[in-house]
Amino acid sequence: MYISLSDRSGGKRDKSQDTGTALLGEVPFRLSPVILWLGIVSMVTDVSSESVSAILPLYVTGFLGLSTIAFGFIDGINQGASAIVRIAAGWAADRTGHPKRIALAGYGLSMLARIGFLFAGGFWAIAAIVTGDRIGKGIRTAPRDALISVSAQPEHLARSFGVHRMLDNIGAAAGPLIAFFVLLVIPNGFSTVFVVSLAFAVIGVAVLGLVVPDVQARALKGAQARQERRLFAFSWSHLREPGLGKLLIAAGLLGLVTMGDGFIYLVLQDRDSFAVQWFPLLFVGTNVVFLALAIPLGRLADRVGKIPVFIGGHVALLATYLLAAAPFGGLWATVGCLILLGAFYAGTDGVLAALASQLTPSGKLATGIASAQTVVALSRMTASAGFGVLWYAVGASAAMLVAAALLACAVIAVFFILRGAKRAQTADVSDGA
Amino acid sequence: MRWGALLVVTVLVLVTAGIYAVGAYQRFEESRTAASSVGTSAGGQIPAAPFVLFRNTASGQGYGNAATVPLSDPGGTRAISGQDCDRVYGSLDSVVCLRTNRGLVTSFEAAVFNRNWEQQRSWPLPGIPSRTRISPDGSMISTTVFVTGHSYATAGFSTATEISVPGGTSGNLEDFALLVNGERLQVTDRNIWGVTFAPGQADVFYATAAASGRIWLVRGSLSARTLTAIHDNVECPSISPDGTRIAYKKNDGGALAAHWNVAVLDLATGQETVLAEKRSVDDQVEWLDGKNLLYGLPDETTDGDSNIWKLGTDPAEQPSMFIAHAWSPSVVH
Repeated sequence: MYISLSDRSGGKRDKSQDTGTALLGEVPFRLSPVILWLGIVSMVTDVSSESVSAILPLYVTGFLGLSTIAFGFIDGINQGASAIVRIAAGWAADRTGHPKRIALAGYGLSMLARIGFLFAGGFWAIAAIVTGDRIGKGIRTAPRDALISVSAQPEHLARSFGVHRMLDNIGAAAGPLIAFFVLLVIPNGFSTVFVVSLAFAVIGVAVLGLVVPDVQARALKGAQARQERRLFAFSWSHLREPGLGKLLIAAGLLGLVTMGDGFIYLVLQDRDSFAVQWFPLLFVGTNVVFLALAIPLGRLADRVGKIPVFIGGHVALLATYLLAAAPFGGLWATVGCLILLGAFYAGTDGVLAALASQLTPSGKLATGIASAQTVVALSRMTASAGFGVLWYAVGASAAMLVAAALLACAVIAVFFILRGAKRAQTADVSDGA
Repeated sequence: MRWGALLVVTVLVLVTAGIYAVGAYQRFEESRTAASSVGTSAGGQIPAAPFVLFRNTASGQGYGNAATVPLSDPGGTRAISGQDCDRVYGSLDSVVCLRTNRGLVTSFEAAVFNRNWEQQRSWPLPGIPSRTRISPDGSMISTTVFVTGHSYATAGFSTATEISVPGGTSGNLEDFALLVNGERLQVTDRNIWGVTFAPGQADVFYATAAASGRIWLVRGSLSARTLTAIHDNVECPSISPDGTRIAYKKNDGGALAAHWNVAVLDLATGQETVLAEKRSVDDQVEWLDGKNLLYGLPDETTDGDSNIWKLGTDPAEQPSMFIAHAWSPSVVH
């Protein structure tokens, strides 16, 4: 069954690609069914989670009549907790050799949290449910990316991640639309949104549990025997891996000058009345650009190198800052910012996972990916806090320009840092071969 | 086998969700067209003062509409305006209504109506309606919303508060200088909410300011663009008709497990009196008269319903129900 599916989806794509890739003497692209199914799992799970998070503020304040200032605080705690469980889950996936089981636990926890929504009333019940959902997300991400990495052809690693991220973002863009459509038809139909969300979560867990094989179990056996790993030494030991250490430093450095999207949207809102009225569209717009560019930029990364595309993605972010700080506003500046921001995500999110898995020895794959993602998450949280200070000290436009200048410096620094990593990476590859 | 199981699970959950959705739609249609559970009449005009304006949350027709009752008979037949509002406030000749425009992209706006419920103007709001007030002379309107749509981003919840003045807007009050003990605060995580306008002083308002986990009552100046902290732990202030006292909610439960008591602050002496209400009040209190307060509390049995309660400023007095199935009270004298 798997094979016939692989032939169908892989074969179709190959025809259009053959001429391009044949010139480079590469292996023709075949989408592994595992990646396709993992993409579908992520898609329905994102429909599930984004449909609820899009209407949650409306539900809590507009319907239940509760103030939600404390949510910001809880969200901050959750993000920190999510980043930490991510590394632990990555480690557990490597340690047990069963990334699918860990991923299933993460998706399962998020699904259980959705059941809670059917019965929740008060603020605390909702906060607990949201926390459970976040922790589930933290658990599942790295083992899932490890599964993708193991299932992908090494020559098409970034493109494979691109396929997954595209499906993922289709879900993220569709979720809020489904939720608001339900509320359009049934104005107080929050419970219907929760039921629909639970249905999609159940489908996601069912697909993962029933269809996706536990791929890495085989790949890991040798590695496990070779190396004894300790719980708290993992991230430091990664710094000693020549390639991954540099990647973590580079990603952390870039993360430190990446302010939250919220700030960019606020600047756009300040300038453009369109952005005020259609605020939710800004998020959807960024997501649509992300999903449209995920595969093309993944292919580009496989062809010209993941590091140039990763750096190029940050150049797109730099352009976003400059355009947002520019003295002229209006619809086209807003749209331009969204396109650049979507390109930034498409060029960095999946590509980072591909880079991390390429630079990590196979026995530590999930831990390596988790480390890179955690470094990015924590450094961006720091950046948002720092940028907030700057925002009030010098004003929105000036703060944008300062951030742009810092980002430009970081991009140049990372260019030189990763030039070394590239050498290490080629050495690694020839080692393995 | 596995594919069969996946197919069965998928079909089963989708059919279940579909049946639930259809049932929910039918229940909604029934409640929308059913007669209101309270006595109502179609209100063509705002009644003569004194009256109480509020959001009607009684099930059936007119749910969610702005409505009025005469002050002399708050439990009587309510005049339903036909305008959906999440939050309302009134003056002698106008009503401000914060509302949600549902759609695939849900947006929010403030609308101003005249005495005949004809819309005079409207402007977009950057988030979910929370509080609104009109100045005593009717010239200024404050709005507080919860900034939303951050589900994709990492930014947390925050508020945005603006004052609409003749010919323009104050801009977000977060941009005003925040002065605490004579020093200007530079911290970033600040939020301003719950404006109340001082009677007889065109430039002065009071509001809540929060920064770095602390909360203050601030006196604001529109001309100087300053907010000056004058008391700790005061949220959603509401100034008395004579301008001497402020009623507010006071959090005695900590930042996360909030429990808001209702209290009154004497502006001249700084004397604070906590009142008898034991339940947590999450609303901007409204003065019924010089001795009594009004506020909404969510209904304990029905989600999406709430009741307006009355509480004396004498700490010995117990709360009593003022208008059932209602929210966002505004008393117009």
